[in-house]
Amino acid sequence: MNKKHINEIEDQMKLANEGLPEKERGLFADARPTTVDAFNKYYEGFLNWARSRSLWMLAFGTGCGATELRPLMTSRYDMSRYGIAPRPTPRQASVFIIGGYASIKTIKRIVRSYEQMQGPKYVIALGSCTINGGMYFDSYNTINRLDYYIPVDVYIAGCMPRPEALIAGFNRLKEKIRAGECEGMNEYAEKFDWFKKNQKQIIKNWNMPDYNW
Amino acid sequence: MSIWTQVLYAAISVTVATVYGLTLGGIVRKLYARVHGRFGPPVWQPFLDIIQTSSRRVSVSHGNMFLLGPVFRMAGGLGTYLFIPVIFGSAVFGNFSMAGDLLLVMYFVFFGQLGMALGAGQGGHPYSPLGIARGLAQMSAFEVPFTLAVIAVAIQYHSLNITSIVAAQQGSFLNWTLFTNPLAVIAAMISMLGMNMHSPFSIVMAPQEIPIGPPVEMNSGFLSILQTNRGLFAAAKLVLFMNLFFGGATNLLEMIAKTFFIYMFSVFVGAAYPRFRPEQSFRFFLKWPTIIGVLSIIYIAYLGGVL
Amino acid sequence: MEQLIKKLKGMVHLRAYRKQRDDLHFIMVDKPQLEMILAHLKNNEGFTHLAFLQAVDLIEDGKFQLTYMLYNYSTSVNLGVNVLIDRDDAEMNSIHKLWAHGWQYQRELHELYGIDFPGSPRVEESFVLEGWEEMPPMRRDFDTLEYSDKTFYQRPGRSTNDPAEYMKEKMYKNYPPSPGIRRDDE
Repeated sequence: MNKKHINEIEDQMKLANEGLPEKERGLFADARPTTVDAFNKYYEGFLNWARSRSLWMLAFGTGCGATELRPLMTSRYDMSRYGIAPRPTPRQASVFIIGGYASIKTIKRIVRSYEQMQGPKYVIALGSCTINGGMYFDSYNTINRLDYYIPVDVYIAGCMPRPEALIAGFNRLKEKIRAGECEGMNEYAEKFDWFKKNQKQIIKNWNMPDYNW
Repeated sequence: MSIWTQVLYAAISVTVATVYGLTLGGIVRKLYARVHGRFGPPVWQPFLDIIQTSSRRVSVSHGNMFLLGPVFRMAGGLGTYLFIPVIFGSAVFGNFSMAGDLLLVMYFVFFGQLGMALGAGQGGHPYSPLGIARGLAQMSAFEVPFTLAVIAVAIQYHSLNITSIVAAQQGSFLNWTLFTNPLAVIAAMISMLGMNMHSPFSIVMAPQEIPIGPPVEMNSGFLSILQTNRGLFAAAKLVLFMNLFFGGATNLLEMIAKTFFIYMFSVFVGAAYPRFRPEQSFRFFLKWPTIIGVLSIIYIAYLGGVL
Repeated sequence: MEQLIKKLKGMVHLRAYRKQRDDLHFIMVDKPQLEMILAHLKNNEGFTHLAFLQAVDLIEDGKFQLTYMLYNYSTSVNLGVNVLIDRDDAEMNSIHKLWAHGWQYQRELHELYGIDFPGSPRVEESFVLEGWEEMPPMRRDFDTLEYSDKTFYQRPGRSTNDPAEYMKEKMYKNYPPSPGIRRDDE
């Protein structure tokens, strides 16, 4: 392959950003996410240990399940003793908790926030609604399976799950992180086209860049 | 002493101060948690947080100024710390103290915030200029009583050199500025509440309304620099206060004990009081602490420090 | 309240009146007279607060029933003013000049039921459904299950149980049967 050919392929790989108006397309990034390999086994193991002890969750209550996060922060359940802290901005957060049903309007914001998080990033899907739609399985406005739109690491079943169940879910997530199984960020980069296709299928007014940095 | 020995000593001193400052931060989080009736995170949680943020795999930059912002902040912290003699008479912890270093330190306390303002402004997030505006306004407000207190101290000891200010306070604890010029200490301690940004004056960070304030767009490595600097800067400020008002320290243990209790003052106030709104906090700083600061200068310069 | 109803009867054609509680009454008026009676209730009778505006789809009659729920702060009485409008050609006069916040309800009704309110500000903007292309989803002839099956991905293996039976089976098998709640007692 000569250099010209590689450039052509790179041009084809660029995102079209078709949802944006023509004059704004230059303002946004057109690169797609790339996979980032882990470090060597022992160093990555150490980092994963630190990551699992310091989980910063995005304080974005996407549904009724966000109600269960409040008691988790207060003195009764006290998540800070596990090193879990809320972070109000996606740039700094590493865990995204989808609190229950995600309507189409919300999933647009969820995708945007998820893409703005800096990896390695983890997703906890809370409640039955994220698993198979739950009691909203026949709703015109809420999605049924979250894992078609963003990669999910841990599901917590229930409607609603109690804060204890949430803590159990967090502990499960920690085990998975320490075992090096939480590669949602790379999964998203690998299956990017598939995720985008699913997202665009339900988000009809796609007026944002294809990949939000 | 050769320059390389000095560099080695400075590196040791900065490391100790950073570790100490971060541990202090962990202790404070634990303490706040106990006040709330929680267990709270472990004391070493700040270190884990720094490892976690610095080990992110990707990072987003918004331009050159954005890259420089955390560097300026770190330079502010380092500059503040490196010109303060941490332990009186110690070669390792003497840092680069010299004649007139008090002015330099005062400048560096301000420098970090300004650099941060430049960097965070380029992030483009509307909340960062909001937090910066609040931060700089509050900083200008608490600098007034603090500067007045420092002027009073400089008049009292006829020196702008921190080492000689500390030297003048040696001997008995009655020689401390706390007892020779209590008004200046009161003004400075109140302005320290604003400097440490604990509860009554935590409006800059304002986690509820303007998430996290200035560093809202800072991610990954940028954030870990800011976190490291937070530990170093906290230690530097405490050491400065200890030197100016509480007689300095002659060994590491004394330094740790004194700075711990100085910090606990702002922590206790923070745990007990709710938050001021921005305009309330500016007005507060420009009212009573400023008056006390002016009184302290009058007391020391015209009354000769004699009651 | 009886006096008010009597007075209203003299003014407009009251199609129906129902008293649900001492502080909750419903009247039904004709469509052309609605604005007049709302203005009267607001300006002269003390019903200054529009609590909500909502619609009911009466698909069997081919009508929409709009309910303007008013509240009187001095007497603490709720008064619902109902009006029937045609379902196929759903259009209603806007009340945003009487109550400024009415536009938001009208925007919602426009999106979810397809009722048009000419002149209402920002009525065409999307409220909760961004980029909706089908028929308004709260109309009863819209099949949500079919739409959901078509649009969202079902996870296989989903089953539905009757909660009472299921809990009895799973949790309270070893307990004597409970007397249950007799709803007739109320």
